[in-house]
Amino acid sequence: MIPELEKFFRVNKLPHIWCPGCGNGIITRCLVEAISQLDIDYDKTIVISGIGCSSRAPGYMNFDTLHTTHGRALAFATGVKLANPELTVFVITGDGDATAIGGNHFIHAARRNIDLNVILYNNNIYGMTGGQGSPLTPTGHFSTTTPYGSVDRNFDITKLAIAAGATYVARGTAFHDKLLTDCIKKGVENKGFSLIEAITMCPISYGRKNNFATPANMLEWQKNNAINVKAAQKLPPEKIAGKFLIGELHNEPYAEYTAEYDKLIAKYQEGAK
Amino acid sequence: MTDKKARLLQGNHACTLGALAAGVRFYAGYPITPSTEIAEIMSEELPKLGGKFIQMEDEIASMACILGASLTGKKVLTASSGPGISLKQENIGFAAMTEIPCVIVNVQRLGPSTGGPTSPAQGDIMQARWGTHGDHPIIALCPSSVKECFDLTVTAVNFTEKYRVPVYLMLDEIVGHMREKVVLPNPEELELVERKKPTCAPHEYKPYATDESLIPEMADFGTGYKWHVTGLFHDETGFPSNSSQVAERLMSRLMNKIEKYKDEICMWEEIQTDDAELLLVAYGCTARSAQEAIKLLRAEGIKIGLFKPKTIWPFPELPLEKLAQQAKHVIVPEMNLGQLYYEIDRICKDKAQVSGLFKANGELITPGEIIAKVKEVLS
Repeated sequence: MIPELEKFFRVNKLPHIWCPGCGNGIITRCLVEAISQLDIDYDKTIVISGIGCSSRAPGYMNFDTLHTTHGRALAFATGVKLANPELTVFVITGDGDATAIGGNHFIHAARRNIDLNVILYNNNIYGMTGGQGSPLTPTGHFSTTTPYGSVDRNFDITKLAIAAGATYVARGTAFHDKLLTDCIKKGVENKGFSLIEAITMCPISYGRKNNFATPANMLEWQKNNAINVKAAQKLPPEKIAGKFLIGELHNEPYAEYTAEYDKLIAKYQEGAK
Repeated sequence: MTDKKARLLQGNHACTLGALAAGVRFYAGYPITPSTEIAEIMSEELPKLGGKFIQMEDEIASMACILGASLTGKKVLTASSGPGISLKQENIGFAAMTEIPCVIVNVQRLGPSTGGPTSPAQGDIMQARWGTHGDHPIIALCPSSVKECFDLTVTAVNFTEKYRVPVYLMLDEIVGHMREKVVLPNPEELELVERKKPTCAPHEYKPYATDESLIPEMADFGTGYKWHVTGLFHDETGFPSNSSQVAERLMSRLMNKIEKYKDEICMWEEIQTDDAELLLVAYGCTARSAQEAIKLLRAEGIKIGLFKPKTIWPFPELPLEKLAQQAKHVIVPEMNLGQLYYEIDRICKDKAQVSGLFKANGELITPGEIIAKVKEVLS
């Protein structure tokens, strides 16, 4: 492990439970790297997750950590942040956790623009339960519950977040790790709801069924199919078709929920003018 | 907030005053009849005290949200009714497993399903005990008057802070919506309990290690203790374990917390039971009809009394057992088709004849119906 990042991990809890070739370790490293580069109080940093492969990450991280129920991380995080706005709150969630069972909490946390930093590990699959299709499994792709190819249309979770009111939205990948780290940092700097979609790879449950022979092939796919949003602005539409954008997709500050609530208290608290 | 003047208060209102007096400073909820007044009043009063109210997107989120807030050291409460309480079960189990203090007010309405939104019922008694999956500890208190709504809310907050067990406050539509004249205690007269916090250095902290109290010390999130909370079976360090011994140890400690403190947790009232040959066991709004029935039956010379549990889970078993020994008959009127009846029958059946008077149609059980049942039993 990178020595300067060791203090952010509960080293005695490693090795992690993730499969060989899983991208979650890279995403988690990007997250702690971003934390290490930010001026935040580690004692007041809270990492909260739901249920699934990615949601096991907080158990390895040396902060106050909360491994909640399936899909509910954002609802717990809303309570933590509103009760104590001094805290820097990260939410680690997966595609199934955040966009299926937790979809309602996701759009409402975004709507409130509460200052939560959501890192959505998108491996396009329910990994923990052995590879069932999720709302982010692309149409036509295979999983144990889409044996003939998924009929469902998949979400673009970044567009959903923007429409719901998130003020900072970005996407990175396990391959584009530096970019991902930068996006996480900017997300924390945004005083409001930040979504960073981190495209990770699940070679065991997703890759095997979808023509990815090795984890390296999946990283290569990320490399070949991601277009930086800045570069995309100069490209004709046919060059972008079928690809996905990475980088900062949305950055539009708006009044933050807990700060607004504190203003309300200042106005109505007994003894206030 | 409270003074010695008599006030005309609704049960739901008294519940909010009890919560605020007990130190609740965080509420998350979702609108549902007949509990909505609790959310409305909390939304108005909490900011005045520097507290926080949030209306969440659903009942599941409301339960999750108060648990998040509780982890930062706040005293928390949510309120709901039938369908909402069903949805909260997932995270009530999480609270029991992780020992996060919280109070859940259930203003019971007629179920199942959407049922009768403004009709009273006592149909959630077994749900309170077993609503979430798996064996788990729970405390449930049941007021039968507006004053008790205040008092038992304070007790519920104290209990959850002390024992780190989720505490239900089981109102019903009648108790929640009726108005009575009450005199509330001054805040300084109340004995409030604060959860035990660690005094050791953060690196020595084992969040689920306990002494003979069986109740671990709980650090506030954000104070440097850097602990891990999970709904998985965990050892005393808080980290998950697949060991069956760890699971067994945790499960038995969670359940033993109730067993160990049963005497402190169990509250009940005995009304005219000294010479009672016939015993009514009633709680919540039904206890009020029972008291009226007793008055009328005593006037006829029938030796009848009332055992009124204020704690329904754990059930005050020993005092009831004692009374059942002197009584020939025990009658359980409840506004469901027999729920607490089974617990009472289990306790009393070798000592007295136990019969039930059940009703689940949205109407309260009248004193007249109880009198008729008593006469039937005596004939």
